[in-house]
Amino acid sequence: MGPARRSSPTAGAAGEEAAALARRRQGMLLASPGALYLLIFFVAPLGLISVYSFATRTSTGRTSLSGWNVESYRALGDDIIVGIIGRSAWLATLTTVLCVVVGYPFAYYIATRPRHVRAVLLVMVMIPFWTNALVRVFAIRFLLGSNGPASALSESLGFGTFRILFTPTAVTIGMVYSFLTFMVLPLYVALERMDWSLTEAARDLYASGAKAFWKVTLPLTRSGIVAGCVLVFVPSFGSYVVPDILGGAKTLLVGSYIARQFRDARNWPLGAALSVLLIVAMLVAVALNQRSGSGAEDGSRPRNRRRGPDQGEAETVTAVAS
Amino acid sequence: MSGVVEVGLGRRTRRGLAVWAWVVFAFLYVPIAVLVFFSFNASARVNIWGGFSLGWYGEALRNDVITSAIRVSLIVALISTVVSMVLGTAVALALDRYRFRGRRALDGTVYLPIVIPDITMAVMLLVFFAEAFKLIDSFGPRLTLGISTVALSHIAFNISFVCVVVRARLDQFDRTLEEAARDLYATGWQTFRRITLPLIMPGVAAGGLLALTLSLDDVVISAFVTGPGSTTLPVYVFSSIRRGVTPELNAISTLMLTASIALVLGSLALQRRRASASQQTQIL
Repeated sequence: MGPARRSSPTAGAAGEEAAALARRRQGMLLASPGALYLLIFFVAPLGLISVYSFATRTSTGRTSLSGWNVESYRALGDDIIVGIIGRSAWLATLTTVLCVVVGYPFAYYIATRPRHVRAVLLVMVMIPFWTNALVRVFAIRFLLGSNGPASALSESLGFGTFRILFTPTAVTIGMVYSFLTFMVLPLYVALERMDWSLTEAARDLYASGAKAFWKVTLPLTRSGIVAGCVLVFVPSFGSYVVPDILGGAKTLLVGSYIARQFRDARNWPLGAALSVLLIVAMLVAVALNQRSGSGAEDGSRPRNRRRGPDQGEAETVTAVAS
Repeated sequence: MSGVVEVGLGRRTRRGLAVWAWVVFAFLYVPIAVLVFFSFNASARVNIWGGFSLGWYGEALRNDVITSAIRVSLIVALISTVVSMVLGTAVALALDRYRFRGRRALDGTVYLPIVIPDITMAVMLLVFFAEAFKLIDSFGPRLTLGISTVALSHIAFNISFVCVVVRARLDQFDRTLEEAARDLYATGWQTFRRITLPLIMPGVAAGGLLALTLSLDDVVISAFVTGPGSTTLPVYVFSSIRRGVTPELNAISTLMLTASIALVLGSLALQRRRASASQQTQIL
């Protein structure tokens, strides 16, 4: 958080104080409409869902706010729910690892191209990133369907039809497909910023190519890897659309389970408790990212001025949008 | 850095990297290409090519539910983009320039809607609207979920995205220009109108484009806060996919795809006009 800079009129101390007060008021005035909006439509809902997580579900499926209890949180220890959380965490981890493995060499290739090629390749990465996410999941659903093009192709090649849809495999493919660009962009940013003379120096000192990579390049791009992991893990852990379209009933994940509590099952307190858990988990992940980001800061990212929390996300959003 | 970066890799590794990169590009593009290809299929069977036809586009655009969903999506996107551009830019300016009470809290809060998963944001807003309506209805009016709740929800997350993008722009802002204006006796408003705003405008525009895209993309939050008759296009597509794959869906998806790609290319053109290549890498 950079300190707010003051314009300093060289008047007397009293005048300066009055000016500072005026500026403070101006700042508040400027921020207040947006702040008020967030207060009503974000902070209040956030508070409300926390309150709901301690409420009781009546026998008719309504939510009663009288009588606080931690029943919903206790229910989270239920075997079924633990299983769902475990499966979500496992699939999110698998997705994240696959994204690193697939994305790192990919980002490496792009970042080491000549500038004009790099610009074109980057646009080619951006287009899927900006493309409607739902349409992209639908594309996978269409491709993998039991009578879809992929199956038809495999049949005509003599491999027989395959039934991948509505399995965890399909969900994983869909998540990697959906979130790969979230990994590639921070990796690209880190690699592009790398001081390659360090790798060169390692080579000059007779390190093998592999050794130079593992000992120099990889550690120097750690911040990009961590940021990418958070950016992929967070949305895949809470993903709702991907498992809903590609997973079917057998691959129930946290996101779908929460949705179910608010739609069909009408157990709002349980859904609320799970949501709170999910939010807390996300905040922890982001905080960890921030801490590790500041650790890797000095050597590897000289051009980057630190600012604000959640800078991994913020930076990628900016990188993509600017 | 211009030219190929010499990173001391062997020839085999380099070739491997190149092959891998194009495999990944294929992975990213082939599913979309197949989807688009089959939207022009004359056959109603999804897996058999029955010749070229634009029939499914006609079918889709004659469907009243779809045209109404397109209209709702556009209205929501437009409203939420405009409002969040104004509010988000104001918050970004306040956070960047001023010190005031609650600044720290606001600084932290404004990032949250970006971080938390869609589904939690969706159920939060659902619960919120349910409670708010209960409260307001006790005074008489009978409010229901509809296009306004969808727009209100989209603004809630778009403010944050606009704010983040504009702040990045403010970060590289040359403050001496403003000081110069003040030295030449420009009033605060004049300085803002003539110097600050034009300089951050590319950031505001980029934030607006992001907001527009996110609003047109959103399915999870919309699905929870929408009411009968105010279905957005993604929500319609989402519920249709669950019922099964039809060529009509391919046609609508292709239209949505075209819209997204037009937006990306538009934003790239915008950026090209304003920034030199070196500045771009700086932003990245």
